[in-house]
Amino acid sequence: MSELLIVILIAPVLACLGIAAGLPAKKTALMTVLFNLVASLLLAFKFQIGSAGYQFVSSIPAMSLGNYFNTNLKFGVDGLSLLLLLLTTVVSAAAVAVVPNDIKRPREFFILLLLVVSGALGAFLSIDLFFLYIFHEIALIPTFILVGVWGNQDRKFAAIQMTIYLTLGSMVLLAGLLGFYFAMPENVRSFDLEEIRVALTASPLAASVQGWIYLLLLGGFGILASLCPFHTWAPAGDAAAPAPVAMLHAGVLKKVGIYGLLRLAVPFLHAGVHQYVDLFLILILLNVIYIGVVTIWQKELGFMLGYSSVMHMGMLFLGIASMSVLGLTGTVILMLAHGFDIALLFALNGEIRRRAGSTHFADLGGLAQRMPKLAFLFVIGGLASLGMPGLANFAGEIHVFFAAWKAFPWWVTVLAVWGIVISAIYILRAVRNIFFGDVPSTLPQSEDLVKWSQRWPFVMLALALIVIGFYPRILTVFVQPVVNSLLGL
Amino acid sequence: MNWVVLLAPLISAVLITLVLHPMKKLSVLVSILACAVSFLASLCLFYNNGAMHLSSIDWLDLPGLKVQIGGMADHLACLMLLVVSGVGLCIHIFAYGYMKEDPGLSRFFAKLSLFMFSMLGIVLANNLVMMFIFWELVGLSSYLLIGFWFQRPSAAEAAKKAFIVNRLGDFGFLLGILGVWLAWGTVDFKELSQQVASGHLPALLANNPFAVTLIGIGLFMGCVGKSAQFPLHVWLPDAMEGPTPVSALIHAATMVAAGVYMLCRVFFILELSHQVLQVIASLGALTAIFAALIATQQNDIKRILAYSTLSQLGYMVMAVGLGATQAAMFHLSTHAFFKALLFLGAGSVIHSLHHEQDIWKMGGLWKKMPVTAWTFLIGTLALTGCPLLSGFFSKDAILLAAFQHNKLVFSVGIITAGLTAYYMFRLFAVAFLGKPRSHAVDHAHESPLVMTAPLTILAALSVFGALFGQEEYLGLEHANHGGGWIVMGLSVCMFVLGISGGLLLYLKSREEPIHISLFANKFYSDELYEAIFVNGQQLLARLLDWVDRWIVGGFLVRGSAVLSTITGEVLRLLQGGNLSAYVMVFIVGVVFLCYWVLVYLKPLF
Repeated sequence: MSELLIVILIAPVLACLGIAAGLPAKKTALMTVLFNLVASLLLAFKFQIGSAGYQFVSSIPAMSLGNYFNTNLKFGVDGLSLLLLLLTTVVSAAAVAVVPNDIKRPREFFILLLLVVSGALGAFLSIDLFFLYIFHEIALIPTFILVGVWGNQDRKFAAIQMTIYLTLGSMVLLAGLLGFYFAMPENVRSFDLEEIRVALTASPLAASVQGWIYLLLLGGFGILASLCPFHTWAPAGDAAAPAPVAMLHAGVLKKVGIYGLLRLAVPFLHAGVHQYVDLFLILILLNVIYIGVVTIWQKELGFMLGYSSVMHMGMLFLGIASMSVLGLTGTVILMLAHGFDIALLFALNGEIRRRAGSTHFADLGGLAQRMPKLAFLFVIGGLASLGMPGLANFAGEIHVFFAAWKAFPWWVTVLAVWGIVISAIYILRAVRNIFFGDVPSTLPQSEDLVKWSQRWPFVMLALALIVIGFYPRILTVFVQPVVNSLLGL
Repeated sequence: MNWVVLLAPLISAVLITLVLHPMKKLSVLVSILACAVSFLASLCLFYNNGAMHLSSIDWLDLPGLKVQIGGMADHLACLMLLVVSGVGLCIHIFAYGYMKEDPGLSRFFAKLSLFMFSMLGIVLANNLVMMFIFWELVGLSSYLLIGFWFQRPSAAEAAKKAFIVNRLGDFGFLLGILGVWLAWGTVDFKELSQQVASGHLPALLANNPFAVTLIGIGLFMGCVGKSAQFPLHVWLPDAMEGPTPVSALIHAATMVAAGVYMLCRVFFILELSHQVLQVIASLGALTAIFAALIATQQNDIKRILAYSTLSQLGYMVMAVGLGATQAAMFHLSTHAFFKALLFLGAGSVIHSLHHEQDIWKMGGLWKKMPVTAWTFLIGTLALTGCPLLSGFFSKDAILLAAFQHNKLVFSVGIITAGLTAYYMFRLFAVAFLGKPRSHAVDHAHESPLVMTAPLTILAALSVFGALFGQEEYLGLEHANHGGGWIVMGLSVCMFVLGISGGLLLYLKSREEPIHISLFANKFYSDELYEAIFVNGQQLLARLLDWVDRWIVGGFLVRGSAVLSTITGEVLRLLQGGNLSAYVMVFIVGVVFLCYWVLVYLKPLF
């Protein structure tokens, strides 16, 4: 099966070449992402549940860089990366499918979009930290171009802001990674996560060293995952991005920041995490409460979704900060839940924009009368976002709340739980303003998601939310061993 | 097999939503059948009696936290199941008559089924987290049904308000659940009750005596939201924007009573703190009289009933606070019968008058709608505590408990009883008696059998419900203790006073003879809610948005002149460049970067 893993990685790159060579752009891209979706499901079925180690491992030794700067192109999945692989393939299938047929310059658009996909895949499948970083960069750079060229509204400014912030984040991150690498004893230095584990379990880094490396990594990964106050690029960027790009960015790429903290900070830098936990908690609560309140004030759906995504990231960080089985499990569930959910909502945001010509609440209203199916899907996405039981986000949040309650002083959890009130306010306000009430006379006539060929990407994402929400153990069985091993249990 | 109770409505909701919705009649039939199946299954559970534990599945199973989706069909749950599914069945049938003409009929019944599923889930829940899950789902179905006519801005606003205000309560409820878990290490009702019964407090509670009070207050907040107690009552009157059968089922008979049911379920925890019980009793009593005063000055038939519901819920909550949980559950059941009856009666009137809800435009319906009028009268009498009807016994049980424990609460309760008789007979006199007060009445006619039959059944339950209930809830111990006769005498006096007042003042009048603007304006509670919660939060949101845009956002990008120059330069590249070339450059760049990393970096180290 390890070949299949490589095929999944290479498929989007091959598709890029094919499209460049003249194959029909959308068809090729769609076939590729669907193939990847099926292949990743197949991998999930073949995956051996219960073991914490990597499976389907393969490495390309030709790319090895010798002994001093020890990095390998090495791929494999454990329970955690498998779930994120599934997140990526599902969201990318939906993202490619919702690209409108009349997009300008389809060839370039799809090539860049597929590069984002392959970058994300590479980041989650790499066992080697250095390539995790490289792949994430490969995913980010086309994102900037996609926002700057194909975006809406204030796209130029948003793209530049995004580029500056994320490049800064990447540099901090790179510094952190290099610092981490060179902090290890010379004879065991490696970017290979498995080797690092062996080396650092035997002799952990000194607490003081852990502290500053952790701060660098928190800064780097934090910017990527929009940790307050380094978040302002995110709502603007996601609001301006075309729907498929926003789906991939907010749904998948932002998770790399969380993934990095899970992979590095939790197992190898726990002294650092403990040392700076107060700082981290303050930033997290700013993410939840401050950003949450700001979300309430948004007057445009894209911005509102962008801010809500930032807010929800706070919950993911909170799970990590708790450094407990419950909290980390909650974070992983939330990575998928939030990924599917925000992708669904951004996709619908794009559909609304195309149909109504605007996503400003003031211009909208009563759409449920004209587009009941679209409204139904939006309500599912919205309910997931406000933590309705039966949908995925609740399952994750409840873990995080329990974990935080146990790990931190009571007021931390009280404030975090206040988040469920805040998200109810802004989501229901959006539903009310867009779908309920009277239809403004200025709204152009437009049709619902009539055909299944239009509807399936949305239904797929909604179904994912429902399945996880009804039976979260479908995820926890995969995650449990990994979480235990990350915590060294 | 026993899961049928819960699964039937779920299957119905899913089937209608996915497959059956184009076929309206079939959808209705499936939904009604599902409810009937639940009712029959509840009967089976009831007669198999005893603390039956349904097979359960692990929903979460992690170290320190195990949550099952399981069922606890003890006596309390079985009685509640019967009330919910029985009243639910009557209302389902009535709703077909009421909603027949609506284009969204299938959608309506799908949501009703979703509601039944969630509500029965609360009743069956065997642990706090499962209860919270269904608790939220009930809130969702309530939201969907209040906003059923989502085209109406008022319905859309009311739905939103109901959900958000309930969320405020749930905020406390969830914290209470977390507190319980932290203290006792489990959320399972059975394990909890065993641990509490064993007598020694867990370390956390022994060290912080106040913690158990906070936990109790948290749990109670859930009830304050769902059972619409002061100050979170603001959503319930607005919820009347939903179709009338919804008001009957959800906002009178079952869902709003879930808060009381929950309090009874966790009573063994509440009991640990004297202060918590006192808060519960006082808030219940306050809500009872507060809502009754407002009800005396309302003109919309459904709103009068809504305030009456608030007031009666106040009674039940008060009873829990006094430790009389059986009396609370007893009143919950009888109230479910007669309040559902009253709402359906109101629905029958509204239906016949083409959606006229102002009682001052009714009058003289007694002759035009005899069945509706008679059953409405029975409901009114039962609610107001007419001797020998069901409400008399259940209210008496609560008042008796108050008399024995707390004279202040008792006096509030007994005054409320008088007010109840007064405002209900005001309603009855204006709407049904006297001469027609507007032309809307001219074409009024009796509703069809599909609507009157449920009215009749509920009327029978309102009369005889207590015969069955008294034994089931109160047992034989209810043989009058001290004060029984005094309480009964006083409450009959208040009943007579209230009725005479209501009838004398309103039988002949064609417009409101008394004006008390404080009551008519609901003590300005909507305005207060608007000012504090809505505007306050909007102001804060606006302020923080400004901070985020201009201070946090500006600190890196906008304020810096250097960066804006760079921005301009890169912008020019993006705008002027040939896109394909740009993409090619990028790909080449990536390839080059990789090559450089792999080859040239190597000798550097």
